[in-house]
Amino acid sequence: MSNSTDIIRAGLKKRYAREKRFRFFGIVSLLISFAFLLVLLFTIVNKGWPAFQQTYVKLDVELSEDLLKVNKDSDEDALYSANYSKVVKKSLQKMFPGVKGRKQKRALKNIVSNSAAYDIRDKVIENPDLLGTTQSYWFLAKDDIDVFMKGKIDRHLPEDERRIKDYQFVWIDKLIEEDRLEKRFNTVLFSNGDSREPEQSGLKGAIMGSLYTMLVTLLLSFPIAVAAAAYLEEFAPQNNKWVDMIEININNLAAVPSIVFGLLGLAIYINYFGVPRSTPLIGGLVLTLMTLPTIIIASRAAIKSVPPSIKEAAVGLGASKVQVLFQHTLPLAMPGILTGTIIGMAQALGETAPLLMIGMVAFVAEVPNGILDPATVMPVQIYLWSDSPERAFTERTSAAIMVLLAFLVAMNLIAILLRKKFERRW
Amino acid sequence: MPTQTIIITLIALLIFSYFLGQKRSIAVSSINNGRRDLHSRPHYYGYMVAIWAGIPAVLILLLWTAFNNSIVTSLTISTLPESMQTQSKDSLGLVVNELRNLADSGQIADEADPIKREAASHYQRLQGISKLAKTVIVLVVALLGMIYAWRLINPELRARNVVEKVIRVAMILCACIAILSTVGIVFSVLFESIRFFEAVPPSDFLFGTKWSPQTSIRSDQVGSSGSFGAIPLFVGTLLISTIALVIAVPLGLMSAIYLSEYASKSVRAFAKPTLEILAGIPTVVYGFFAALTVAPFLRDLGESIGLSVASESALAAGLVMGIMIIPFVSSLSDDVISAVPQAMRDGSYGMGATKSETIRQVIIPAALPGIVGGILLAASRAIGETMIVVMAAGLSAKLTINPLEAVTTVTVQIVTLLTGDQEFDSPKTLAAFALGLGLFVITLLLNIVALHIIRKYREQYE
Repeated sequence: MSNSTDIIRAGLKKRYAREKRFRFFGIVSLLISFAFLLVLLFTIVNKGWPAFQQTYVKLDVELSEDLLKVNKDSDEDALYSANYSKVVKKSLQKMFPGVKGRKQKRALKNIVSNSAAYDIRDKVIENPDLLGTTQSYWFLAKDDIDVFMKGKIDRHLPEDERRIKDYQFVWIDKLIEEDRLEKRFNTVLFSNGDSREPEQSGLKGAIMGSLYTMLVTLLLSFPIAVAAAAYLEEFAPQNNKWVDMIEININNLAAVPSIVFGLLGLAIYINYFGVPRSTPLIGGLVLTLMTLPTIIIASRAAIKSVPPSIKEAAVGLGASKVQVLFQHTLPLAMPGILTGTIIGMAQALGETAPLLMIGMVAFVAEVPNGILDPATVMPVQIYLWSDSPERAFTERTSAAIMVLLAFLVAMNLIAILLRKKFERRW
Repeated sequence: MPTQTIIITLIALLIFSYFLGQKRSIAVSSINNGRRDLHSRPHYYGYMVAIWAGIPAVLILLLWTAFNNSIVTSLTISTLPESMQTQSKDSLGLVVNELRNLADSGQIADEADPIKREAASHYQRLQGISKLAKTVIVLVVALLGMIYAWRLINPELRARNVVEKVIRVAMILCACIAILSTVGIVFSVLFESIRFFEAVPPSDFLFGTKWSPQTSIRSDQVGSSGSFGAIPLFVGTLLISTIALVIAVPLGLMSAIYLSEYASKSVRAFAKPTLEILAGIPTVVYGFFAALTVAPFLRDLGESIGLSVASESALAAGLVMGIMIIPFVSSLSDDVISAVPQAMRDGSYGMGATKSETIRQVIIPAALPGIVGGILLAASRAIGETMIVVMAAGLSAKLTINPLEAVTTVTVQIVTLLTGDQEFDSPKTLAAFALGLGLFVITLLLNIVALHIIRKYREQYE
């Protein structure tokens, strides 16, 4: 007897050590998972933060009538088509005289973005009296200057290893000395569509595209999903093989890889029904199929949680089954249904793969104005920008991710608040 | 009238017919005993009239819009001369496109070829007729429906029952969309795959070890027919998914065990939702993270210890994918571990086992089927994952199981084959659908097995 107790006692220390070790592994794996999350978020924020600022250059532009070949009395067409980039070039040459060689001349021109000419054009058309005067304006700086101003280019590297050469540093130093370079909040990021020039590219087109796509998705998936959930919970006959099949299908659809939905969209919607490619309409149609299972499952749970006593009371007062559903069950289940819908929408907002199949990867500079305009959505914009080699695009990609995550966080917060506020325990 | 205007007119008409029906029911009933005589409340009569006006009209509008183009096109083709009709599908498609552009741009007069000019103006005329006919027919049908329903109204009419019947049918149809989309998926990938397998024998596709779809553009090239071997893709997919699971399963499982067995309530309340954040981050973000942070980091790390790591290594993609599926494994395992009856734990403690011994020798074996099911679901997630591999894995199909080299996956190839390319007849684009079919079948099987295991296990303790 005492023998086996001794054996157990002798092993206790080892067993307790093992216990501690096991527990430690548990904590460690949890912490590793958290660490991944933190590293991920930190990298994105760290990379993307600077993109919310943008460098501007102040230039004194002489709006010479001779150079532009227009005068105050010219009609708008002439004003529109005048060569404004010439004046910009001229003002730069005036500020830095004696620049020689094609390469250096081009570099000089590339201090400001080519949007400077359009800015001047708009100002002149607005007020033709400016012609003949010298004005100082702030223009968008070119992406290389911007990247340097944010401290991402080391000027101590050997010259052939960096994007900005020594002669350019002379100019930049002079500009800084004269307070002609300034970092401001990047409004371009939110007011422009996509562009090949990093400094001019913005998210507005993608945000609007996402908005229209989500609108189509919501308008289609919400009614269909609620109707399907209500049917399955309240009307469907028990042990019917059709109903079983519907349920199995819903569960399977929830697990089908998203890219397969893209194939469906391409083969059926686009090639068979001729829905136009690259539009929020086709994007919404595809995403609807993906969000349906999520909303159906959440809605069924919400409808199921409405106590039968309420329904029975309504039936007792002479309501028909459909009346009970629309007047009692659905209003009571609505908070749960809405929570599920918002979560489904958040998933759809972050979805990329199926949209690549249906042509939403096209380069679209225009901001879409409806569900039939070519558009792209935020996650696809992120994908497109991440593919661009320019350094400034990396920064903007991270900023776009931050904007997307902000939308997702907001949606999930709304869902949580909604649940907290309206959740009823029966 | 463009479609939008038709829709707006139709909506206005429906609202009007609702009020019309409501008014009519009140008017009809007021002759005798007043509203008490009505079988249903007045707004049901309104709904009924709106349904009669709306449903047939909307159905016609939908069908017309869906089939308008194909019918008009085939009618146009039938007027073309015989020699043009019998040419190959490709060139016929080109001609049709040309005609369409001509008709839409309104420059038919500039076209030199009289046959095309004739056909384009014919096409334009047909489209005009179709548009006019659509407007007239849809609106007339709506009006007729409205008038018919309006005439039906009398106090004995069971309007509520009619409306409820329609609602029920509509609900059933909505529920059937789930079936329809499954059927849609199967058909869309199956038909194109069959076309693909007509060009490439299935055995080449399934057992071939060389994948280079690009070479088959030119038919005079050597080996243009034998380059659709999908083995490297499936091996690549398997390699990356395995790496992901090797990372996610221990981390997810141990986290779940800690959270459900050791952690205090407050830790659990904080840690569980935090872990779920990982599941809510869009995959494109993971892809960016993998391509820009993890892959260079691994390459530099490899360099510093004298290993050559490809900048698009399977390891980077697999690692990040593993992070992504941690919450899947942990929340599913958490569910099954919590479902193990307390009595089993108590029994084990009563025998003198420590907590970890209980977990390892009682709880895990009891929860094993559920955990395996969860891992299978996570595996199917990993196999079907697209964005991470598109952004972080390679494009060249290399048959290797070395995680430091670049491999490609099924999903990457689907995306590369289908983005940008429009023509639908080359084996190159059709191959994407064959790959999609393979992907769908594999994930479907994994899901069915996983759900079956989980369900069976659940029954054991209920």
